[in-house]
Amino acid sequence: MKATKHIKTLNNANLKESAVKGGCGECQASCQSACKTSCTVANQKCEK
Amino acid sequence: MIHKYRLGGYSICLDVHSGAVHVLDDAAYEILDCFDDNGPLPDELPERVTEKLSGRFDEGEIEETWEALLELQGHGLLYSPDDYEQFADMMTRAPIKSMCINISHDCNLRCEYCFAAKGDFGQGRCLMPLETAKKAIDFIIANSGTRRNLEVDFFGGEPLMNFDVVKQTVEYARSIEKQYNKNFRFTITTNGLLLDDDKIDYINREMNNAVLSLDGRKEVNDRMRVTPNGKGCYDVIVPKYQKLVAGRGDKDYYIRGTFTKYNLDFTNDILHFRELGFDQLSIEPVVSDPKLDYSIKDEDLPRVFEEYERLADTIIASRRRGDRYNFFHFMIDLNQGPCAIKRLRGCGCGNEYVAVTPQGDIYPCHQFVGMEQFRMGNLNDGTFDTEMKLDFAKANVYSKENCRDCWAKFYCSGGCNANNYQYEGDIRRSHKTSCALEKKRLECAIMIKAALAEDGDAKECDGDDCIEPCSILK
Ligand code: SF4
Ligand code: SF4
Repeated sequence: MKATKHIKTLNNANLKESAVKGGCGECQASCQSACKTSCTVANQKCEK
Repeated sequence: MIHKYRLGGYSICLDVHSGAVHVLDDAAYEILDCFDDNGPLPDELPERVTEKLSGRFDEGEIEETWEALLELQGHGLLYSPDDYEQFADMMTRAPIKSMCINISHDCNLRCEYCFAAKGDFGQGRCLMPLETAKKAIDFIIANSGTRRNLEVDFFGGEPLMNFDVVKQTVEYARSIEKQYNKNFRFTITTNGLLLDDDKIDYINREMNNAVLSLDGRKEVNDRMRVTPNGKGCYDVIVPKYQKLVAGRGDKDYYIRGTFTKYNLDFTNDILHFRELGFDQLSIEPVVSDPKLDYSIKDEDLPRVFEEYERLADTIIASRRRGDRYNFFHFMIDLNQGPCAIKRLRGCGCGNEYVAVTPQGDIYPCHQFVGMEQFRMGNLNDGTFDTEMKLDFAKANVYSKENCRDCWAKFYCSGGCNANNYQYEGDIRRSHKTSCALEKKRLECAIMIKAALAEDGDAKECDGDDCIEPCSILK
């Protein structure tokens, strides 16, 4: 997405596409809790 | 739905259902201010908007900005509709892929805020026998279907108190993983007290991730993280962590701390971690009964928010100086993150993830351990409550009333079911204080991306969190 004078888009929004292709479940679990620091979902990687 | 906010000098708009993030100028921001966050924008610019903004912007500019906004909407990047419920059936029962093995229900520290009742989960101090640990490995293999990557976290209590069993469990898992076409990834979470050279070598060889508990500055750490006779542990553990991290190579680790009411200036603890040479950092708010002195209460939230903002500014300034480190809770990947299905499925506890105790009891996750009504079964007698599993499987973002329409749902995944249960009485009712904190962290995380993008990111580009359009990739 190109930047215009008024709006700069930071990413290639692909959530919808990811839903269609996704769901394989090979990624890590994403416990959000303080005692774990396993992985907050937003910073995880896709394993595909 | 959109979520827009101003922070750090940026006006940011997240389009919730496409995941697009836009940095707006004042005209664009104020136009959007004239509309409901649920949109969509009408085809024609309403007169009331032109009238309202005409004193601030000239007509041509308003018109031009309006066109740009409509174009984004046309491309599905603004007010994009929520059409994810069609995937709801992918958010049900799933194979188990992660397991927390409470290898030790004993601990050599007595941290004030310990959720595990100072290490024993209220069940008496004991260590897991090897036989039980092996059954745990067999259980996850048997229940993981075709999933190949299996995660096992050695947790406690303090896992190093039962380290021989840890080693033998790893060896056992490695000896059978190929035959079942599995790939184990091990994590160990430790308080560091019992680390020595051999254990450090072993952990750096065998554990994909090491989570090292330390709260920050010496006085902060030693106030909460104490031995049974009340002595702080900072001086003992810090040199050991430094040694471990120095030998870590490309494997993951985290220094993880907890902040409480006593150190609401936790940016200083992050900076202290940097001084100690650590670069993978995490500090989270204590979640506890608000009656306790050290707990973070709702009235503390404005102060905590302010501190998150200070931390975000500090991180941006460090990056601009070329000092790179990760603060776990501001890490966000706007381009290559996990798929939407995963994001909506939730933390996976009780469905994709379970915890087991030294007695062989199975619970939805480590935070449910000891709550009898959530005991799902036992490794020794082969019981497992698949009805309860299904119930947890259904606890996804779309079955949680507050989450369904929350702008943060794709980044938060519906929060922590255990906290929901403990503080709101229902795994599906979100814990408001946690929500407020989560949303603030997300706003900061996205703002950091906006700031780094503005820098032109040529020198920032490292391929793994690059921002488009990037001058190097172009
Ligand atoms: S319920 Fe909470 S502690 Fe348990 S796995 Fe989910 S996020 Fe983590
Ligand atoms: S838990 Fe709270 S912040 Fe997270 S998605 Fe639900 S309502 Fe939003």
